[in-house]
Amino acid sequence: MMTQYVHQPAFMTGDEFSIETFSLLNPDGELYPGGEEPALTRDHARRLYQAMLATRILDERMMAAQRQGRLSFYMQCTGEEAAVVGAAAALDDADMIMAQYREQGALMYRGFSIDEFMNQLFGNELDYGKGRQMPIHYGSRKLHYMTISSPLATQIPQATGYAYGQKLAGEGHCTLTFFGEGAASEGDFHAALNMAAVHQVPVIFFCRNNGYAISTPSTEQFAADGIAPRAFGYHMHVIRVDGNDALAVYEATRQARKIAVEQNQPVLIEAMSYRLAAHSSSDDPSGYRAKSEEEAWRVKDPLLRMQRWLASKGWWSDEEEAAQQESLRREVLETMKRAEKRPPPPLESLISDVYADVTPALQHQLDQLKRHIRRYPDAYPRGAKSLDLTLSSATDTQGEA
Amino acid sequence: MATMNMLQAINNALDIAMAEDEKVICFGEDVGIFGGVFRATSHLQEKYGKARCFNTPLVEQGIIGFANGLAAQGSVPVAEIQFADYIFPAFDQIVNETAKFRYRSGDLFNVGGLTIRTPYGGGISGGLYHSQSPEAYFTHTPGLKVVVPRNPYQAKGLLLAAIRDPDPVLFLEPKRLYRAAVGEVPDEDYQLPIGEAEVIKEGTDITLVGWGAQMEVISKAAELAEEQGISCEVIDLRSLLPWDVDTVAESVFKTGRMIVSHEAPLTGGFAGEIAATIQERCFLYLESPITRVTGLDTPFPLVLEKEYLPDHLKIFEAIRESVNF
Repeated sequence: MMTQYVHQPAFMTGDEFSIETFSLLNPDGELYPGGEEPALTRDHARRLYQAMLATRILDERMMAAQRQGRLSFYMQCTGEEAAVVGAAAALDDADMIMAQYREQGALMYRGFSIDEFMNQLFGNELDYGKGRQMPIHYGSRKLHYMTISSPLATQIPQATGYAYGQKLAGEGHCTLTFFGEGAASEGDFHAALNMAAVHQVPVIFFCRNNGYAISTPSTEQFAADGIAPRAFGYHMHVIRVDGNDALAVYEATRQARKIAVEQNQPVLIEAMSYRLAAHSSSDDPSGYRAKSEEEAWRVKDPLLRMQRWLASKGWWSDEEEAAQQESLRREVLETMKRAEKRPPPPLESLISDVYADVTPALQHQLDQLKRHIRRYPDAYPRGAKSLDLTLSSATDTQGEA
Repeated sequence: MATMNMLQAINNALDIAMAEDEKVICFGEDVGIFGGVFRATSHLQEKYGKARCFNTPLVEQGIIGFANGLAAQGSVPVAEIQFADYIFPAFDQIVNETAKFRYRSGDLFNVGGLTIRTPYGGGISGGLYHSQSPEAYFTHTPGLKVVVPRNPYQAKGLLLAAIRDPDPVLFLEPKRLYRAAVGEVPDEDYQLPIGEAEVIKEGTDITLVGWGAQMEVISKAAELAEEQGISCEVIDLRSLLPWDVDTVAESVFKTGRMIVSHEAPLTGGFAGEIAATIQERCFLYLESPITRVTGLDTPFPLVLEKEYLPDHLKIFEAIRESVNF
């Protein structure tokens, strides 16, 4: 860039730029004047909404199950379904998604079954992750959804690297990575965006600005106008979108994908939304925010907005809504009962997958452990179970993971 | 067969790996047209293009985060961290991500293609931040492999094995030997086994164990001892994770004495792990306490580097004490 000299000092703060928020639907599900409906087919729009609805129901039921003590931990996507599912719906199903942890809606959209969700949540022998991670750490190779990792923001530079590989492979795919506005404070965020811009990588950085990082409000997370202005510092395409408007999120992400894949350029999307639920089952928001604030956002529920728009198109009805809710609740309860009865992963899964092959040292440690458990089986009921029953190693009975 | 120094051997290994497999990609700070600050990646960009050998921004956590994603995608990244002293911004990506990728996904995803190359160690007047030996931070991390070559021949064979290994490998290069170590290196492609130690000199009285640049020092101490009629068996561990317990234990069954030496500080150093394991395996065969000859429990010094380092005289003294115990 050419250096332009001035001869009086002039400081800038970024207030010189204002970033607008792209929205298409008002809270009643009506198209704003001047907005254009994206070219969504009936089936595609219904698939999008149904994934939002299924995510809402799964979250409600599983949080209730956690409160009953059936599940150790849970995290809800509640309030952010439009942001997450709208983004996933704008991708090719073979694009990679690298999520943070609150994006089960994207996995739901891709077709992860309720049974697959449950097996992970209960860490049973059918869990693809072999019972090694806390609930909600899903992953699916066949659905191109990277297994969740608890450390925040680590997936963001990984998405840059993954997308660089996709670019070299030349198959026209990109990676979308989700993260919260809190995680964007981590160094990995900066590293990822800068490298993506420098190396011209087809990656979409999708920030869910939901107002809170556990209890810390976004006003205590950054001084600037949200996350979006950071894109200027990396010379990156950026758009801010109403995260409760599934249509706007869909359209913003669809166009971002075009930029990513056709121009090999990264894009930052900041979706403005609100975490309606607690951070997790271990959190209680009443200690740090007012009920009235939550109520104000409940009125902007992303499901209602999308549902109203679908109804206005004649693509959804109250009867269908009631029937779908009823059948989803039943499916969740039934699959939960099955999943919690399934045995835990076998003892051997303690040492597999540390390396591609079990090392002699690890085998030795497992053999020692087995001898110990045989001596005190009552103290280690899960391990003893798989020793006695001599179960085969956890295999996926539903096909490829 | 050609005569190469260690940098040339490493460059040659990278060249072979990149020529053989277009998925092999080399990157890091200054590794592009400049060929790296030590020139380990010389001419690779000219040969294989900017897409496969390139400079990154100056951000170690980004380099390894990027490398993890690239490896998960199916590429074979060889990421350079310019000095091992600067690997710590990437510690989270290595320890929480690289090492756990396969395990946490139940083998749905892995970053086995990843190799992290980084120069380590002292003896070059590098002071605190160009001299450290951080191996023990990583040997405490299941899921990683940690490999250290001692000479050009080993460097080429072990690096080719690391790049092709199905698990992520941290490849620590003894930078003091980059140009100082010169030897015969086959022109062709070959690999040396990861996880196997090598007995580089047989002996009967005492076992001396080390890796990397320390092997040269240990060998010199062994020569001094031989002059006094003490027969030393010298073992290069080569891989620290996993490490070859059997080869070391076999030797100690025979000699009944062992010294382990590394440049890193004593407390929490990898010598402690070896000593604990060997006393467990060889307890009734031991004639004297297992001794560690290491750096001091201080940050790495500058002017007093020679005093800090576990040199051949310190090891020789430890040998005498062990034999006369």
